[in-house]
Amino acid sequence: MRREKQKVHRKQERSDGIGWDGQTLREQFETLEEQTERTDHYAGLEELELKKEEPIKYEQMFSQLRGDLVNARETSKEVAATPIVEQEGELCYGLFTPEGDSIAVSTGIIVHIHTMSEAIKYMINHDYEESPGIEPGDIFVNNDVDVGDVHACDIMTLIPIFNDGEIVAWAGGVNHVIDTGAVGPGSMNVSQSSRFGDGAYYTARKIGEDLELFNSWQNDYPDKTRTPDFLKLDERTRMTGCLMIRDAVNEMIDEYGVETFKQLSREAVEDGRRGFRNRIEKTMLPGTYRGASFVDALYEGQDNLTRTYADENHIMHAPSELHVREDGSFQVSFEGANKWGWHPYNCTPAAIQGGIWVMLTQTVIPNANVNDGAYYSCDFHLPEGSWANTQNTETAHAYAWHFLVSAWAPLWQHLSRGYYARGFWEEINAGNANTSNWLQGGGIDQFGKLHAVNSFESACEGVGARYVADGEPHAAAIWNPEGDMGDAEVWEMTEPLPFLGRAVKPNTGGAGRRAGGAGFESLRTVKDVSRWLLYEMGNGYMTSDGGLFGGYPAASGYILNAQDTDLEERFENGEEYPQHDLDPESGEFESKIDGEITRRPEGISTPKQFDDYDLYLNYLRGGSGLGDPMERAPEDVLSDIHDGYVLPRHAKQAYAVVVEKVDDGPKHNSAVQGEWELDREATRELREQRREQRVENAQPVTEWMEDERDRILNERDLIDDVKKTYESSMRMSRQFAEFYREFWDLPAEFGFDLSEKAETSLENRFATGLKRKWNNPTEGHETWWNVGRDDEPAVPYTWSADRSITDLSGPSASFGEATPKRATDDD
Amino acid sequence: MPQSYPREHIEDLVDDNLDWNQLRDMMSDYKDADRFQTVRSVLQERVDWDDPIIIPYADHLYVVARSEDEWIIKCECGHEFCEHDQNWKADALINVRDTEEEYLEIYPENMHPHPEFMELREFFCPGCQTLLEVTNVMPGYPLIHEFEPDIETFYNEWIDEPIPAPEQSA
Repeated sequence: MRREKQKVHRKQERSDGIGWDGQTLREQFETLEEQTERTDHYAGLEELELKKEEPIKYEQMFSQLRGDLVNARETSKEVAATPIVEQEGELCYGLFTPEGDSIAVSTGIIVHIHTMSEAIKYMINHDYEESPGIEPGDIFVNNDVDVGDVHACDIMTLIPIFNDGEIVAWAGGVNHVIDTGAVGPGSMNVSQSSRFGDGAYYTARKIGEDLELFNSWQNDYPDKTRTPDFLKLDERTRMTGCLMIRDAVNEMIDEYGVETFKQLSREAVEDGRRGFRNRIEKTMLPGTYRGASFVDALYEGQDNLTRTYADENHIMHAPSELHVREDGSFQVSFEGANKWGWHPYNCTPAAIQGGIWVMLTQTVIPNANVNDGAYYSCDFHLPEGSWANTQNTETAHAYAWHFLVSAWAPLWQHLSRGYYARGFWEEINAGNANTSNWLQGGGIDQFGKLHAVNSFESACEGVGARYVADGEPHAAAIWNPEGDMGDAEVWEMTEPLPFLGRAVKPNTGGAGRRAGGAGFESLRTVKDVSRWLLYEMGNGYMTSDGGLFGGYPAASGYILNAQDTDLEERFENGEEYPQHDLDPESGEFESKIDGEITRRPEGISTPKQFDDYDLYLNYLRGGSGLGDPMERAPEDVLSDIHDGYVLPRHAKQAYAVVVEKVDDGPKHNSAVQGEWELDREATRELREQRREQRVENAQPVTEWMEDERDRILNERDLIDDVKKTYESSMRMSRQFAEFYREFWDLPAEFGFDLSEKAETSLENRFATGLKRKWNNPTEGHETWWNVGRDDEPAVPYTWSADRSITDLSGPSASFGEATPKRATDDD
Repeated sequence: MPQSYPREHIEDLVDDNLDWNQLRDMMSDYKDADRFQTVRSVLQERVDWDDPIIIPYADHLYVVARSEDEWIIKCECGHEFCEHDQNWKADALINVRDTEEEYLEIYPENMHPHPEFMELREFFCPGCQTLLEVTNVMPGYPLIHEFEPDIETFYNEWIDEPIPAPEQSA
């Protein structure tokens, strides 16, 4: 280490930088961007020479790196104490080029591969080489969303790797911590209106040298969290992994030579970029794909808000447009997205890009090199000032995933429509689950210590239906493909919240020919606590995940608590007590507990006090359905009942399948008592009748549109929250406003009349303007930079009725003009 | 690494006759270059009409060539919707699910969207009454035109094949 630093210092004395061939790192990055822009190939690599000349060595080296990263993750997660890391694996590692592009990744929460990339680029572009310096043995930390993160609870450690006085790579690791020191306990508090309540932010900070943490850092961060012991072990986890990666890189350089390593690191990214484009051309259809998603964030009347002006409801509007261009380029636009809000669900570009990157790498290129090559294949248009790209360091982001996961729901469907048209039906997926509820809270725990909890049972959700099979029930969350629900006993060790029951939750997956995968629920009580808070976080009034090809959306969430209960007496007397709420209409829960019961259809609550023997339902969502439910095989619906996926009454209502209960005997699962039989003839008749009813009940769309136009023009039956959302999008986007008015044939000056409160809210937020973090953005940011101008966004917008992708002149993207030659690779 | 699957295998995919292990293998394996043409050809055999399929557009829906320069969206049942670059939904039947009572037919209490915040638009084929799409949107939202394929680029640039036309289908 000392010798390595001496080499760097000698270079500095000669006024050389730490980059290659004496360049500063910033010069090296600018050169890379210029080469990439000019040639349409990463770092100007028109040929993959190492891969071409020595393909076996290339694959060996890449596979070795991949193995080293996975090994680092699997080994280091044993250092952590939180089930979030140890059980759910909310940890990932990446190996990056000196300029911050990921070369190879581990498994885990790989959304952060790209957020770490942004953090490294931030340090380069803000002259960290000059101050505070980037040298061998340095340790950096970041969790600042405006630098490169999704939310404050994902803390990253970054260390530079040097060879012979030059930086050759970065190792980085991220994990989700249990408490960020926010205004409320838990890692993603929901009651704050601005960044100042999100918790402690560490902005790309150097926290150690010579692989030793600064004394000042060790005396600083533990007091910025309610769970310092957990965070200390989390930090050691990340350091362990980063050091394992550094050692692996050094060994590889010893074996193959530094020039070969450098060549590999460049080629792997270009290979990943080509692999992505090639896969798009092989499996998709060129054209334009559109969708829209929504989710609710209801704050009107909530307790404990930090600002009175935050006492309002929000609806996220995410118009989603994908262009697949002639050259296989992939452009995503959120033009029309509405304004950010005084809630913690706002997003930064790093969050959106990182999130979509996970989805694309897991679905589009599972067989290719997974790295930032995929990022270089995509262009994003994220309107500046919208919830998707606030560019405002005042906004709160603690649970950006609420909007992020909801907003990318249509992207699944864009890909699936392309796969359908190309015949790759085995790849089609209706969507995802809204990855909630989030059980969070804290107080004085069962050990008498200040503590916080963040149950990652939410890493296990139902998955959307496939075209060829039902969606996987209680499987994983999209942000962590390896997630699961975790062992109840392990959660109980770190959470004073014993489980009363855990079961598959019926009707959570969307109905369809292929059913959406079911979610599940846990009923928890509270034991041995004082001044303990709990809260809920998820969708309630809206379902964010739509069905596909006639399938229905997944179910939305609700809140169920019981406080001041008689549970203790019931235990003492050996009486029945609730274990589930499988059918909210059954009254079973209420029949087994006395107390103050809260049952309401919202998904979010701010922290509220819970005492021993209170009850809390943690309901994890299902995935969306695919295809007309009347095309589902009646036998499968019967199985759904016995398996606990569908309540018997909905067999008839949602699927037009007639079943009869034939005995009360077996309890197949928690939801259904007894044996049911299918009445085939009655089902056939009912399905015929239902088709006739469809015609009787429906009307031609042209007629309906006339009625709707009249409704909009007269603002009939449209609530203030909905009108505020439209107004917000129209004020954000000239293009969306023109489209909306044109579609409904409204007067050119049409706008919705808002209540005084809604108007004030919009005016205040628009007046807040932009407060940027990046003084010097990268070239790659240009697709979302400068958005909000009156002229055309970099990624075009074609929602207007008279415009289509075929009218557009050519790919307009940060990555330059159309690729002169088609990308090729081995795929 | 299959360059292509036997036609019978793709027929089984289309006819939903593959078991999970076979499907899983197809997901994990590299993608076959001739999949589009094989699926298109199998689907052409399955439909009861003669218009050549240009692309499968969505479940039950196809873009077909009525003539060399007229491409339309057509249902499996034979119902013809519109020009291929228009939104077929404008020619469909619609039922809007926007009351508590209607929601409770599909979802349990408290597990469905709030009718004032979100409605479900169900689009049916006027010919066969099949439910072709359900969209979940805020009240007042425009119809979403989900997919506008660039057919010329696909055939001319990506697969280098002639675009099917009626005289070629015989």
